[in-house]
Amino acid sequence: MSLSYTSDEMMTVAAARMLWNGAVCFVGIGLPSTAANLARLTHAPDAVLIYESGPIGAKPSVLPLSIGDGNLAETADTVVSTPEIFRYWLQGGRVDVGFLGAAQLDRFANLNTTVVGSYEKPQVRLPGAGGAPEISSSAKEVLIVVKHSKRTLVSKVDFITSVGFGTGGDAREKLGLAGKGPVAVITDLCILRPDPVSHELEVASIHPGVDRKAVADSTGWQIRFAEKCAVTEAPRATALEVLRDLKARTAAAHGAQRDQA
Amino acid sequence: MAKWATLAEAIAAHVHDGDCVALEGFTHLIPFAAGHEIIRQGLRDLSLVRMTPDIIYDQLIGSGCAKKLTFSWGGNPGVGSLHRFRDAVENSWPRPLAIEERSHSDLANAYVAGAANLPFAMLRGYAGSDFPRVNDQIRSITCPFTGEVLAATPAVRTDVTIIHAQKADSKGNVLLWGILGVQKEAVLAAKRAIVTVEERVHTLDAPPNACVLPSWVVTAVCEVPRGATPSYAHGYYERDNVFYRAWDKISRDRELFVQWVRRNILETRDFAEYLRLQGEAKEQAILP
Repeated sequence: MSLSYTSDEMMTVAAARMLWNGAVCFVGIGLPSTAANLARLTHAPDAVLIYESGPIGAKPSVLPLSIGDGNLAETADTVVSTPEIFRYWLQGGRVDVGFLGAAQLDRFANLNTTVVGSYEKPQVRLPGAGGAPEISSSAKEVLIVVKHSKRTLVSKVDFITSVGFGTGGDAREKLGLAGKGPVAVITDLCILRPDPVSHELEVASIHPGVDRKAVADSTGWQIRFAEKCAVTEAPRATALEVLRDLKARTAAAHGAQRDQA
Repeated sequence: MAKWATLAEAIAAHVHDGDCVALEGFTHLIPFAAGHEIIRQGLRDLSLVRMTPDIIYDQLIGSGCAKKLTFSWGGNPGVGSLHRFRDAVENSWPRPLAIEERSHSDLANAYVAGAANLPFAMLRGYAGSDFPRVNDQIRSITCPFTGEVLAATPAVRTDVTIIHAQKADSKGNVLLWGILGVQKEAVLAAKRAIVTVEERVHTLDAPPNACVLPSWVVTAVCEVPRGATPSYAHGYYERDNVFYRAWDKISRDRELFVQWVRRNILETRDFAEYLRLQGEAKEQAILP
């Protein structure tokens, strides 16, 4: 098998690596779910995946299309009600990592999934909050996965759906939130991490073959590069193989249903 | 005690213009048949509530049934936007839609408060977000013991909650399993509750601790096989992902949407006829 890989695969593998074995992870649908399941199928077999629809310890055989797929319930250690997920498990302080995506993300890692433009007269009405606001405040730490573009990584989000570091500095601390907030943003170009003092996101690691200009040109603010900005380790053959298998199984499962229907 | 009725009878008897109505379900067991019947009977000015409004709410909103939506995530799950919802919010078509936007955690807590007959929900939430700026119902309360400031939001109390479940026995006791969402809380937070079920059985044979809604908290129960289609019913049928994807195209265009609703809902007698029509369309590969 060739070791060539796509930038999406690099992003998913880099995001999966952030999840440690045994971590209790509250998973958003889409890219976060792909990364969390890749972690579970490779180096983190004991990671506990929680989905907001109620499954705790889900071990889906294929990637879910929706947050409430039956396969999540069938493979979970237990399925609880949605109020219980948010009250006992998330607010109860039992979640190590919240794994989120977003339509817009700003330099202080605040997330917007509500509107593009003004709230009253939106250019684009997005789906809304879902579970993200309380995941971002209550999970002990937060990982964010987004595709890198100027539309997504903006200087200031149009609406703060889920707070990262607010206006930066000690703004999050002053809000008294339980979790420490975003620790990394993984994109298809690089890994961003917040500066320890200003909490502005800066590039901590660039994916192999990506140059700084490409990152700067795709970011909606003057992005800074950490002094010790590293090069991300390329995906290993085993991770790529597992990821491609997972995606093929998923396509076959959801495709099979198409033929039935 | 719940009364067995046809879905058309139950909607006509218990859902009225101007009511606050929740048709709950978290991707699983979405009460599509009941939503269609509301459209078929031409109900208007409803204040809809739902954590995850999806295609059935898109159909209700596009058909002009709703004046307000309280929600926490509105999308076509696994596909993208709800175009009829967006058209209502962005362009007031077919009529303006007031929105009250909250988070999942908040709405889940608000249903719990409604079920518990409390006036408000309390949670650690919203600090630092823009929600309180656009929703004046999001307020705060100080803990009398620790001084901690917590978010306080109004309980959800509906006139009618409608859910779909797997089984009910002849007395109208209801059993559901799998992903349960907030269905139990939504029923207990309602003045009246309508439950559609996959099948009517003699006894439920439910194990202890199963999610059973006793007959006496349900107003009407209706046997509607496949009544959650195109969503799924655990143990009965899978989600029809083809329909979810096809809805993206139908709902993008006002004219196409209006035609679809006319042919599939307004011109069909009931959900069984709708399912036959859908089945025929699929056989001829004119999806859906």
